Amino acid sequence: MDKTPRTLPRKSATFDDYTLSEIRRAASTGIYDIRGAGAKRRLPHFDDLLFLGASISRYPLEGYREKCGTNVVLGTRFAKTPIELKIPITIAGMSFGSLSAQAKEALGRGATIAGTSTTTGDGGMTPEERGQSKTLVYQYLPSRYGMNPDDLRKADAIEVVVGQGAKPGGGGMLLGQKISDRVAAMRCLPKGIDQRSACRHPDWTGPDDLEIKINELREITNWEKPIYIKIGGARPYYDVALAVKAGADVVVLDGMQGGTAATQEVFIEHVGQPTLACIRPAVRALQELGMHRKVQLIVSGGIRNGADVAKALALGVDAVSIGTAALVALGDNDPRWESEYEALGTTAGAYDDWHEGRDPAGITTQDPELAKRLDPVLAGRRLSNYLKVMTLEAQTIARANGKSHVHNLEPEDLCALTVEAAAMAQVPLAGTDWIPGRGGY
Amino acid sequence: MNELDLKTVGVRGINSQLHGLAQDTNEKHWVIRNPMGQHNIACGVSAPLQIEIHGHVGFYCGGMNKDAELTVHGHAGVGTAENMMSGVVWVKGNSSESAGATGNGGLLVIDGDASSRCGISMKGIDIVVGGSVGHMSAFMGQRGNLVVCGDAGDALGDSIYEARLYVKGKVASLGADCIEKEMRIEHLADLERLLKAAKRREKPSEFRRYGSARKLYNFSVDHADAY
Repeated sequence: MDKTPRTLPRKSATFDDYTLSEIRRAASTGIYDIRGAGAKRRLPHFDDLLFLGASISRYPLEGYREKCGTNVVLGTRFAKTPIELKIPITIAGMSFGSLSAQAKEALGRGATIAGTSTTTGDGGMTPEERGQSKTLVYQYLPSRYGMNPDDLRKADAIEVVVGQGAKPGGGGMLLGQKISDRVAAMRCLPKGIDQRSACRHPDWTGPDDLEIKINELREITNWEKPIYIKIGGARPYYDVALAVKAGADVVVLDGMQGGTAATQEVFIEHVGQPTLACIRPAVRALQELGMHRKVQLIVSGGIRNGADVAKALALGVDAVSIGTAALVALGDNDPRWESEYEALGTTAGAYDDWHEGRDPAGITTQDPELAKRLDPVLAGRRLSNYLKVMTLEAQTIARANGKSHVHNLEPEDLCALTVEAAAMAQVPLAGTDWIPGRGGY
Repeated sequence: MNELDLKTVGVRGINSQLHGLAQDTNEKHWVIRNPMGQHNIACGVSAPLQIEIHGHVGFYCGGMNKDAELTVHGHAGVGTAENMMSGVVWVKGNSSESAGATGNGGLLVIDGDASSRCGISMKGIDIVVGGSVGHMSAFMGQRGNLVVCGDAGDALGDSIYEARLYVKGKVASLGADCIEKEMRIEHLADLERLLKAAKRREKPSEFRRYGSARKLYNFSVDHADAY
């Protein structure tokens, strides 16, 4: 036997196992990979920021005893009836079609108990969702599936969807497996065919047209409803400025960690900016227009806990929105279904083939047997518990920084652990007073 | 008959007046004067009114119309009768882009020409155009009928689903998955009904029918070149 020392087998960092598996999959099928959820790659995120807390230079508030407000009012610019929420965490738009009716009902129940809003999606408003949601935001999407003036008037706010973080510039996709009779009827399409939602609205192009479109929606709803504009994290400084110009009451900004029901993996991982990178340009646009806090800013994409909420608010955001985390709270990717995830070739925590409609947790499916697994009452309670925990966590942090309302958190309460995060969040690198891009560096 | 002067009451005044009327109102006939090309006139009306607009209108006139019969004695801008649910919107002149976009029901008649994307994403509306339509008309059309008595521009019916297209004149080109289809008896009958409703003198036999080849309904990599 040759005793010559040999190096260990070494895998390429460039051609890692995942990359190799994707090359083999592509070569075998000839089709790009489609999946749900948002960007999975490691990105600069809220974990790269820390709060400083209080000491002598700042005075903390007493936990549990001294009040720390969490309410937020959305739509104060033009709407006759703005929305007041108890907590600054909303539920993002997810469609009936991508989710089961039970899951949509559970989102409405959980949000209502917690005192916040939920949002329809690309597929119209279901009675279950309207009935269980005290405050419901109705999305106005390019496809206009299920759009009608009666539901528009039943909504508490209207969200004109221009884009989303997982695929800024991309349309929607609901594959035939998930098109049940009910979904097909709501969308005016035959059962079982792939439903592509357009990436642009059919009757307006650009901010000048959008302004007229928003006025139409206001006219139809008697100028009562707050009108949100949702954008993906593409060019946040310019897009937020144009949304304000077009007349938005609220801007919803979704970073690349924000989820989707289904799109190409290459789109999710390679188009758009991380949530952390989007916030400061968006806030700067609002400040320069004199509209910060007048046009409210909601940010979504990778919000997981009260620390993320507090950090986003400290950077100038009025509220955050959760989608993926809300689904996990309902029961998505729960290890209790591990044997079934394995049978689908995946594992709990990694399941993202939401478009296939075979979700063992019964959430991203239209299969009645699977959907029955989710108890909307119980799942709604789990969501409200989770929202309450996030709120308590954000309050804990706010009090520790001496703030009597979570909206009083400010960039000066933060430092960054990495140069990248310091540059994106425009807060000093920990232990220094250095903010990359400022002061001549 | 009731008259509303936009110059006096503005778009908000007109719409709030029309929206405030009950389904069974006796004040059914409304005339709007001096529209001055303003946008969003008579959008969101949900009562069986007869509304006549004397002059030109801007974007989204008759948007989301339900039950009302609206006549524009002039030209119309972008998105006329967009997302209409029911009723009738009748433009005596020409209409700009995206006329009848995403309409769910009712009848849209344009006596003159319509521009590009007429009937885009239509979901059950019937549209009769006396003149010609521009490019990408009936793009992703899901349901309903588009009748064109003149010519159709490029990429007619691109990515069409189940909408039915009838064109009397020339079609510059067909979009992805749109093909000429056989005109059967039921189509001729349907077309006759639509032409009659739009007070057209053309005969159904003068038209050709176009619709979906249904080859792109479920994604196949072999059809990737079609996109």
